[in-house]
Amino acid sequence: MNIIKKFSLGVLITLFLSFSANADKIKIGTEGAYPPWNSKDASGKLIGFEVELAWTLCRYIGKQCEIVEQDWDGMIPALIMRKFDAIMAGMSITAERQKAISFSQGYADEVASLAVMKGSSLEGMETPAGINLTKPNAAAKKALKTLTAGLAGKTVCVQTATIHQNFLDSGDVGKVNVRTYKTQDEVNLDLASGRCDAALAAAVAFSDYAEKSGKPVVLVGPTFSGGAFGNGVGVGIRKDDTELLNAFNKAIDKARKNGDISRIATKWFGFDASM
Amino acid sequence: MDFELMINSFPKLLNATLVTLKLLSASLIFGLIIGLCFAILRINKNPILNKFAYGYSYVFRGTPLLVQIFIIYFGLGQIDYLRSTVLWVILKEPYWCAIIAFSLNTGAYTSEILRSAFQTIKPGIIEAGQSLGISSKIIFYKIQIPIAIRQSLPAYGNEIILMMKGTSLASTVTLMDLTGVAKYIISTTFKPIEVFIVAGGIYLFITFIIHNVIKFLEKKYSFN
Amino acid sequence: MELLSFGKTGWGDELLIATMMTIAVSITAMLIGFIFALIFTPLKLSKSKFLNLIGNCYTTVIRGVPELLVIYLFFFGGSGAVMYVASIFGYNEYIEINAFITGSFAIGIISGAYSTEVFRGAIQSIDKGQFEASKVLGLKKPVHFFKVIMPQMLRLAIPNLSNVWQITLKDTSLISVTGLVEIMRQSYIAAGSTRDPLFFYSFAAVLYLLLTYLSMKLINKLEVRYSRGY
Repeated sequence: MNIIKKFSLGVLITLFLSFSANADKIKIGTEGAYPPWNSKDASGKLIGFEVELAWTLCRYIGKQCEIVEQDWDGMIPALIMRKFDAIMAGMSITAERQKAISFSQGYADEVASLAVMKGSSLEGMETPAGINLTKPNAAAKKALKTLTAGLAGKTVCVQTATIHQNFLDSGDVGKVNVRTYKTQDEVNLDLASGRCDAALAAAVAFSDYAEKSGKPVVLVGPTFSGGAFGNGVGVGIRKDDTELLNAFNKAIDKARKNGDISRIATKWFGFDASM
Repeated sequence: MDFELMINSFPKLLNATLVTLKLLSASLIFGLIIGLCFAILRINKNPILNKFAYGYSYVFRGTPLLVQIFIIYFGLGQIDYLRSTVLWVILKEPYWCAIIAFSLNTGAYTSEILRSAFQTIKPGIIEAGQSLGISSKIIFYKIQIPIAIRQSLPAYGNEIILMMKGTSLASTVTLMDLTGVAKYIISTTFKPIEVFIVAGGIYLFITFIIHNVIKFLEKKYSFN
Repeated sequence: MELLSFGKTGWGDELLIATMMTIAVSITAMLIGFIFALIFTPLKLSKSKFLNLIGNCYTTVIRGVPELLVIYLFFFGGSGAVMYVASIFGYNEYIEINAFITGSFAIGIISGAYSTEVFRGAIQSIDKGQFEASKVLGLKKPVHFFKVIMPQMLRLAIPNLSNVWQITLKDTSLISVTGLVEIMRQSYIAAGSTRDPLFFYSFAAVLYLLLTYLSMKLINKLEVRYSRGY
């Protein structure tokens, strides 16, 4: 009886009372549903570019780390509520987010792109290969006009609370029917099923999906960067946590100098997405 | 607490409440029709129809609504064959997928509520009708159904409230209902507590109204 | 079937563990719900208008707001509230509450509101004469409560509590938003990773059906036991 009592007490303690005894541990929140940035394998383990990079950065900082899973739509609130101390979840550095949290320097950059299913009427829009929206030049403005005409009345799908949603909401491409999803996986599913006329996300997210699913997903229009699309992807940190911010900035410097970021990025993206 | 945000988000949330109410009323109407059909099958003496109706209500009452809505929206959307049929016109729209899931769910509960109401009707009442020479069809429509509806009002009132809360799951299939818009506001303000409190208040208000309407109806149609 | 194999390539073992988690959370939530019911049932039955109001507030608010919202509020506000309470007692460090307890409490609060209603109904339907009889016999209050009221209440409450258990079990599917890996979340992850939502969500439905079926069998046995002598 005594053993049973002790055992159940132990189970109770581990289940209920995980007070943060280990204040030295850095907790990093990630989504686990945005390949190749971060995802999960069939054994339930978190994998991806940012997961591997996180372990590397922690080694440079010299502290123990724990990677925590968090749904994307609650990522920033959860950081603010101290569920974890840092975000590494393919989160672009934008002015809007910087009102709520701080960002480290960028460690990787992604361009966004529209994707459609093969045979869509949106294929073959004549636009430059890429446009930067920070200071749009004449060609970029023309491309936005082409997109506005092409997307009019169409349903464009994006993951919720992303730069991609912000861009569509900004009205730069006119009034499109924006549909928001909890994860990029769901966006991909509905693009393939035909519920979405087009989808907007990181170009790599679509190429990753096309490769793994074998579905005829094609990128159309220009790639987007700057403006609503932010300035690269960085580590999100609470505003009052300057110590951790400095630590991450230094660790990113070191990892960049030693070629770690390039190496890991090439491994997961197939090209060097580091910055 | 950011009270300014709470006040500012109120009109947007109130607007989204219309979507919630639309989803609710459509689901309740379809659910009532489905429920009545299956309740009649349940009291039918044919064992196959009976089992079929029981199986339907068992499956839909034994699984979470979230699973049901995901199977209908994301699951059925993956069947290539379905996409080539007329059904796809309906299943393509998240709005209709949500209504189908909600209707089938509330239909299952409604069928149980109506079945037990039918079964509690005293045989004497039906016999009285028969002895007066009223046809069994008329007995069913003019006597059994009205009594069953009165009997099931309290339980059905609870079901309406449960369904109203269930519509919040529409946000998981991209619909901009009250919960959907609340999440949208949070995605740009990063303040979940304030926004969810306002949304919760609106839900509570709807519950309050439904509750009182049902109470009023109960009093109005009581036998005493 | 390959998708359900055990080991590194399939989702069989993950789903099995997730099913255990669903059961663990459901039971914990149900028990937490009982604790809430033990607190709030007397309040709802009390003669004091003020205590009545508190009891009614609890059951009305929790049963009138979507479960999803209650869970979100608990998830985002839970540790903040605990820390606030702790700071009153002079403890100012960050207190972390893990996903299991957050989830169990969120569902437990909901479950408790339904249990409260069931207990209240059961006590109210006990014959008034029982209370008077105890008085006449000069039974002490605790004896009266535990030996007279409690057994009768349980017998009356069990059928309705089985409904509360079903609600609780199904509500656990909603705590997937807090990151706790139970059946729904594991299916969600598997569906995303394999791009086969139809299979995994249908399988999740089967798992839930199995759980509701088995628990109903168990509850029926209990019911028979408590109805002895009637």
